[in-house]
Parts: sequence; structure tokens; C-alpha cells
Amino acid sequence: MTPRRRRMMLVGLIVLGVGGAVAFALSAFQDNLLYYYSPSDVSAGKAPVDRVFRVGGMVPEGSFKRPAGSLEAHFVLTDYAHQVTVSYTGVLPDLFREGQGVIARGRLGPDGTFVAEEVLAKHDENYMPPAVADSLRQQQDKRVTTPLPTT
Amino acid sequence: MAAELGHFALILAFCLSLPQAFFGLAGAAWRRPHWIALTTRAVAGHFVFTAIAFACLSYAFYVNDFSVLYVAQNSNSELPTFYRFAAVWGAHEGSLLMWLLVQAIWTVSVAAFSRNMPQVMTSRVLGVLGLISAGFALFILMTSNPFDRLWPAAVDGRDLNPLLQDPALAIHPPMLYIGYVGMSVPFAFAVAAMLEGKLDSLWARWVRPWATVAWMFLTIGIALGSWWAYYELGWGGWWFWDPVENASFMPWLIGTALIHSLAVTEKRGLFKSWTLLLSITGFSLSLLGTFLVRSGVIESVHAFASDPARGLFILIFMTACVGGALALYAWRAPMFRSNAGFAPVSRESFLLLNNVLLVAATALILLGTLYPMFLDALNLGKISVGPPYFTVAFVIPMLPMVFLLAPGMHASWKRATFERTKATLARLLLAAVVLGVAVPGIAYGWHSAITSVGIIVALWVAFSSLVEPVSRWRKGHSLPASIIGMSVAHFGLALFIIGATTVESWHQETDLSLKPGQSASVAGFDFELIQLREVSGPNYEAIESEVVITRDGEPVAIVHPQKRTYRVQTNAMTEAGIAGRWHRDLFVAMGEPLGDGAWSFRLQYKPMVRFIWLGAFIAALGGLISVFDRRYRQRVTVDAAVAVPGVSAKTA
Repeated sequence: MTPRRRRMMLVGLIVLGVGGAVAFALSAFQDNLLYYYSPSDVSAGKAPVDRVFRVGGMVPEGSFKRPAGSLEAHFVLTDYAHQVTVSYTGVLPDLFREGQGVIARGRLGPDGTFVAEEVLAKHDENYMPPAVADSLRQQQDKRVTTPLPTT
Repeated sequence: MAAELGHFALILAFCLSLPQAFFGLAGAAWRRPHWIALTTRAVAGHFVFTAIAFACLSYAFYVNDFSVLYVAQNSNSELPTFYRFAAVWGAHEGSLLMWLLVQAIWTVSVAAFSRNMPQVMTSRVLGVLGLISAGFALFILMTSNPFDRLWPAAVDGRDLNPLLQDPALAIHPPMLYIGYVGMSVPFAFAVAAMLEGKLDSLWARWVRPWATVAWMFLTIGIALGSWWAYYELGWGGWWFWDPVENASFMPWLIGTALIHSLAVTEKRGLFKSWTLLLSITGFSLSLLGTFLVRSGVIESVHAFASDPARGLFILIFMTACVGGALALYAWRAPMFRSNAGFAPVSRESFLLLNNVLLVAATALILLGTLYPMFLDALNLGKISVGPPYFTVAFVIPMLPMVFLLAPGMHASWKRATFERTKATLARLLLAAVVLGVAVPGIAYGWHSAITSVGIIVALWVAFSSLVEPVSRWRKGHSLPASIIGMSVAHFGLALFIIGATTVESWHQETDLSLKPGQSASVAGFDFELIQLREVSGPNYEAIESEVVITRDGEPVAIVHPQKRTYRVQTNAMTEAGIAGRWHRDLFVAMGEPLGDGAWSFRLQYKPMVRFIWLGAFIAALGGLISVFDRRYRQRVTVDAAVAVPGVSAKTA
């Protein structure tokens, strides 16, 4: 083998290796993208039913229910336009409470309940997860431009 | 009064960083010895006034001066004295002031330990550091002044965030900042070399200790943060691939690549432009980290609601630093060609692969960290990238890197044949395979092939890192600090991998509801909740539970996890109860009351988890040892005098 050929072989191998690694990484990347949806998106059926995603919103006062002695909790997430019922079994984060912004990661169940695998609440009491703040703001803007529903 | 004094000192510090930058760079460019001499004075002045500003802020915290807005926001009269000092860097403004102080300390150290360097070089480095200091001082003065007054003064403060009231977290930010800011020193050296148009192995020898010390602090800072997250925040997790963790981890990876690339530049005069690029990238990623944390663009435990003006300023500053350095690089890098070659199997090749793989891992982490932000900025939807991506993207390049580490440590420069070490390395690999399969198999059972590979590779690295020191010691050869340091650091890495692999593969956890008198079992340990009682601390009330852990009826430990409520910030806080041994932690954390006297608990069994931080600290220790190598203390030699005409030549 001439040195030139050997060099080309080496370059070819490197390109192949790097290409393979990139392909692998990108497929891992695709599989692990978590999309965020607001409760309005979920109600409108925009959220996927077959994959894990995140939903965020406020937990309205009085919506949190948990049978005594049980780890299974039910609560509601709202963006003040629509709401999603969430169920979660396990220890909730310290800062979880009604009247706070929360993000839940999980799947949509067949009955329309969001089954959370993880619930995140933020550690600063003045702080709202940016995603939640955004979707709340969007709903507020809509309310300003469109006439209020008469109920 | 202290606040005004501090503010004034800060302004003076800013003013002094300007002549430091100007005289440092211009004095070197035009070879004006007087200007160069002025630079070190400016450095000293800048340091003194930054230290005064920092002391003034600390004093305001110490005396509970709640007429200072920042103190009122982050302290409280009930806060213990120790945490009042930690509160100085507990939020944005103060942590930036600490950044500036750390920058000043690095600059003073460069000035003090530069006797073996030509003056022109030192002067340029100090000049570049002056520019960076000026940028940060201006940033503090314009957007985040910690000395702003609050009028009328608050009666009491809003208290330090309870999560931060912890010894490990009190020292985590300073360590991390020393590391972050330390990356600016190789950056300044790189810019100085590019301005000079000269880069030789002597240059690499000057930079290496600085890069290593910065890397060491970064290692300790990240490890402390991980440890804190484990017992205070994370419910037993030790790494979350949170964007801010990534922001500190990426400079660490590049720093690791840099200290290895510098070795080649020093020993063989190769990889010159690559080393320059890594120096620039390392500091750029530090700045990127700051931008991510301070601008509020990311969702993270570290992100506070913050001012967009701050993000904009850092973005502009980052663009100026990185853009300037890269432009200089584009212009000057072609000057740093090296002609020496090396065989495909040689230490150079191994270090090249190490660098390629580290940079690949960094690039993949960067992709996962920034991609969601780009999509969000372009209004293409909100996504986040899950931890499984990072785990895969990190392990895939790192596994071959660690595998290559064992032979790489014993490869000789130029052309490696492994004649002397082939047999030893093969025997050690065999031992690693046997032990790596048998010991975890007996202790925990089979998990998966990838777990076994991880443990085998780690054991191989651990064993082979000892080969060189042991054989030198047996033969009575000298054992330089750089070799001890390298061996210790690689041994630490191996311990880290063993800890991380074991805990990720065999940890067990369960969430459940317990009433006093009830018990539960995890990994063969029985956890019995004895009682719940109320206790109170200096600034909090808590419910404390007593959990007795037994195994087959034998007592193992009693832990007292708490659920605290801090009086001022009324947030609930979990203090985990941890029964730790060297080879496992039993982790008990209280969730919330479930009614009927029951509480939710999370019980965890964490095998070998301590090796994660132990390994990191040992690796950092290795870095420290290698800095004490004798060759770093040697004075400018003849070839240096030749290398830098102008100043040194006159004295020679």
C-alpha cells in the first residue's frame, strides 16, 4: 500500500467512525426530546398520546386531592383557559403547593388524565418556570384581544 | 457608610483595570519597560480595591445592614454568622463581586509567580486579564450593583435561600468560580502568544501549572455541587444533566483536553494551534456558563428570575472576548505550524484521541444544552432534552477514551512499541476482567454487559496507573511530581467510574407511606419508623423522624431525617438522613404528611456512591501534585532569552 492510499484509508475510517457516532448521537437525541405543552394544547388534542412530554401550569387552590395515607395524588394544572387533571404516585417536591407553577413530565392516559412520572417545582417562591410564565402570558394576551366568554 | 465605601472601591478597581489592560498590552507591543512596570502596580491596586469592596459587602452582611438592598434580600438577623458570610455570594450581585475578586487574585498570582517568564509575556497576559476584569467590573457597576441602598431600610432581611444554608454549598461557589475564572489565565496566555506571534514549548511550560490549578478547582467545585445536590436537593441523585451543571461541566471537559494537549505542546512542540483553540474555547464556555445562569434563558434549579439587561451585557462581552480571540486566531494560527511528525501508535496519538473524544463529548453536551434554547428563541416550540440523551452522548465517546487511557499512559513519545509494558498491561487487563466480573457479580449480581465493561475498564486504568510509580520506586529511579500527579489523577478517575457505574446500575429506591411503628425493606435492609417529633433550629422549625435501620435483626444505624420550615422564607426543606459507609449509603428522606399520622418516605440504597466524590477529589489532588514538579520552578533559561529578543536579550 502506498502511503497515499494508507492515508486515504485512515481518513475514510475516521469519516466512517465520526459519521456513525453522529448518527447514533442524533438518534439518541431524537428519542429523548421532551416537548412542552400547555394545558390548552393538551385539551385541544395537540399533545401526543404515545410519547412522554411535559405539561406545565398553575395548581389552582383546592384542586389537590390525596387519600389519607396514600401516595397517589391528583391535582389540576391550568393556564386559566383550560385545565388538565394530573395523577402522580410518589413523593412530591418540597415546593409543590397549590397556587404555584409546576411542570409535570409523563404520558397522557386513555381517559385524558395526565399520568406524571416526575413533578418539578422551583425553589424560589418568586420564581415561575419560564415555560409556565409564557403560556400563562399567552392566555392573558388572548383574553385581552378576544371578548371574554359569557358564562 | 461601608456600602458607599465599597461602591467607591469598586469604581476605583474598575478604573485601575483600564491602565492594567492598556499599559500591559501597549507596553509589550512597543517595548516600553516603564509601561510594563506600571502594569504590575495597576494589578496590585486593582486587587486591593476589589478586596476592599468585597470586605465592605461582607461587613454589611456581618452587621446586618438591612439598608443595603442586597443584604436585605439575602440575609436575616437570625441567620447564623457563618452563613451570613456565605450569603455574600448567595445571589447574583454578590457572586459577581466574588467573580471579580477571584479574577483579581488570579491576576495577582500570575504577576507574583511570573519570575521565570520574560517580562513582555507577563505584561501581555496581565493586559488581557485587565480587559476581562474591566468587563466584569463594568458589568457589576452597570447592571448589578450589590451596594444599592434600600430606603427606608428593611426591618429585617428576607433571609438566605434555605437550600444554600449548607456547608458544602457555602464553599461550592468559590471553588467553582476559582475554576471558571482560572480558565481566563490560559486564555490570556493564548492571546498573549498570538499577539507575540511566538509559541514554543517554554510557553506551554508556563501555562501548564495555571491550566492545571484552574482545572483542579473546577473539579472540586463541580464535585462539591454534586455532593450537595445528592444530600440536600436531589433526593439522592448526584448528577441531573441540568443546563447549569452542563455549563460547568463543558469547561471542565475542555480544560481536561487542554491540560493533555499542553503536555504534547510542551514535550514535543506539537498541537500548537489546537492548544490555542482549546484555551479560547475553555474560557468561552466559562462565559457561556455565566450567561446561561445569569440571563434566565434556561429552566434550572440555578436560574433566578432575572434582568434581560444582564444577559445582554454578558452576551456582548462574550462576543467581544470570543470573537476577538478567534479573529486573532484566524490571523495568527498559520504561524504556529509544527513540522515534527509522530507514528500512528505513539503517546501523541493517544493524547490526540483523548482530545478528539473529549471535544466530541463536549460538542454533544453543548448540542443538548443549547438546542432547546434556540428552538425557544425562534418560537419553534418548547422542548427539553432528557437526561438519557446526555448519558448516551457522554458515555459513547468516554468509554473508548478510558479504554485507551491505560495503554496511553505507557506509550512512549514519537513511536510506541510497548515492549517493556506489553506483558504487564495484558496481565492487568486479565486481572481487571476477572475482578470486574466476579466482585460485582458476587456482591450485587449481574446487571448488564455495559456495566461490566465500565467496571473492567475502570479497574484496568486503576491498576495500570500504578505501574509506572511502582516500577520506578522498585528500581530506585527518581519519581518526579508530574508522574505521581498523573498516576494519582488517573487513579481518581478510575474510582469515580467505579462509583458512578455501580450506583447507577445497582441502586434501589422506593417511595412509600410510613406511620410510626411501621417498617419497610429495601435491598435487604429493614427501615422502621420509630417516632416523629418537632424540633427547632436557629432559624427554622422541623419535623424530625427517627428511623432505625436493621439487617437480619442486627442494628445497622439510626438516622434522623428532617422536614424543615424556615421562618422567613417559609419554604419546606428536606434534610435527608444518610447512614454512610465507604461502600454504600442508606438514604432516608421525608416527603410530606399524608394524613392519619402517616408520612411519605423515600428509601434508597446507594452502593459505592461515595467513590464518585472521592474519585473526583483524588483526581484534583493529582492535579495539585503535578503542579509541584521541579521544572515549573526553573528560571528563564538560555533558549528563553533567545526566544524573546527585546527585553531578555539586553540582560543576557
